[in-house]
Amino acid sequence: MSAPLGKDLLGLEHLSAEQITLILDTAEPLREISERAIKKVPTLRGATVVNLFFEASTRTRISFEFAEKRMSADTVNVATSASSVIKGETLVDTAKNLEAMKIDMVVIRHASSGAARFLAERIESNVINAGDGTHEHPTQGLLDMLTLRRRFGTLAGKRICIVGDVLHSRVARSNIWGLTKLGAEVAVCGPRSLLPTAIAEFGVQVFDRVEQAIEWADALNVLRLQLERMTAGYIPSLREYNRVFGITRERLDRAPRDILIMHPGPMNRGVEIDSEVADGPHSVILDQVTNGVAVRMAVLYLLAGNAPALAEAARKTTADD
Amino acid sequence: MPPAVSHPSPPLHAEGVFVGAAPLSNRMPWTHIPRRMATAPTVVLNARALERTVARMADEIVERADGTEQLVLVGIQRRGVQLADRIAHLITQRENAAVPRGALDITLYRDDLQTVGPRPIVGKTVIPWSIDGKTLCIVDDVLYTGRTIRAALDELADFGRPARIMLAVLVDRGGRELPIHADVVGRTVDVPRGGRVDVFVSELDGRDEVTMVIAGEGT
Repeated sequence: MSAPLGKDLLGLEHLSAEQITLILDTAEPLREISERAIKKVPTLRGATVVNLFFEASTRTRISFEFAEKRMSADTVNVATSASSVIKGETLVDTAKNLEAMKIDMVVIRHASSGAARFLAERIESNVINAGDGTHEHPTQGLLDMLTLRRRFGTLAGKRICIVGDVLHSRVARSNIWGLTKLGAEVAVCGPRSLLPTAIAEFGVQVFDRVEQAIEWADALNVLRLQLERMTAGYIPSLREYNRVFGITRERLDRAPRDILIMHPGPMNRGVEIDSEVADGPHSVILDQVTNGVAVRMAVLYLLAGNAPALAEAARKTTADD
Repeated sequence: MPPAVSHPSPPLHAEGVFVGAAPLSNRMPWTHIPRRMATAPTVVLNARALERTVARMADEIVERADGTEQLVLVGIQRRGVQLADRIAHLITQRENAAVPRGALDITLYRDDLQTVGPRPIVGKTVIPWSIDGKTLCIVDDVLYTGRTIRAALDELADFGRPARIMLAVLVDRGGRELPIHADVVGRTVDVPRGGRVDVFVSELDGRDEVTMVIAGEGT
């Protein structure tokens, strides 16, 4: 028997190693579907998924949409700029209205940490967190883990260092929780101004110099420097950041072993990562994108229909009729 | 029509069970097992009988496909895959021709996904070549309701348009819920609803054997 995921996927913090492994094991065979001439399986026929994006996103939204369509779900995209949200409608009202139109799942991206859980507790549909504030981005964490597991065979004992803006990164949190659960050693590296003050509580090593991280790690997950937040004076300048923390070929050439390079995108080439590295032989950045679709298909498959409360409500409604 | 070939069913004496009644047809050796209270598994095919049966199935598949030229074997996850591997190996030996084979997992095409409890584990599908114009032979371990084969046909249609699709099963246990019929059958047994047929293959289970359990009356 497998460990069911329950109604929602809100983050990796509260999933067991068994549940995470189930998602990765399910994603593995689903990769093949995207290689077919007809890239579609009928699994979620008749299910309606709403992509509710309160924050800008290209890659994640498109990846979810591909995953939904390849599983034959019907999809609706709601972008906040074109919705009642700008007229002041609350998150719950928006979702309840969607639910009144009989939907099955909501994929939500929101600038506030905890928005996905807030929603999940108030609606019957399955909720998938596609990034909530600086809290979690579970499907990104899962696709990073799938990419590493495919390269290494296992995550147990592997050393992964997350480099850069850990403070603002929901990707970092999902990575740290997910990877440590599957037995990997995790470290972070970046300017102290961009590391959470309570980083020790995550139980990860901290490197102040990127050279130390490169010497230690089997893989680097290079985070995007969130330029939109750089007005707050976290770092002196982009050029200095690149000089001290940028992942360059010269630095990787001195590594004692081959290091895999990941980046969740979008990249600031020449800031946190040099083009030579991003396009080089160590980079698995495009594998991450491919694996992202498979991981999201797996999550949709494992959650769909897994809403006992919803089934119960449906039964009651039918009985009343 | 291919000429009828006589394949006497191997005599098999399992404990307390009469096996080896006259075959219903040449192609379908029929194992008659009287209904009775039974909880312990009864052996339908032991290792040697299974080997002979698979060898006969390999011959029949080649015969019905008019040779090996366009033949492609597709095993259904899980134990159909190992059976397809063995059949392909036998055909290669006897016909001196390599037969491509693939694996099909039909989980995502099941018609009961809305109602089953925890989501079934998804296995690997490997069809790395074009199936257009080929003679496909689906290989599975047990044919029962026919719903797996319905799903397999739907899935194969997403890969291309074979000239012909055949079905070969190691055990046909009856109980069809759809108009589906096997072309090549290893052994036919009559197992009513509630009973069970288990196929064990050494690659996965450490032994080659087919067993059945007929649920007692009233269960």
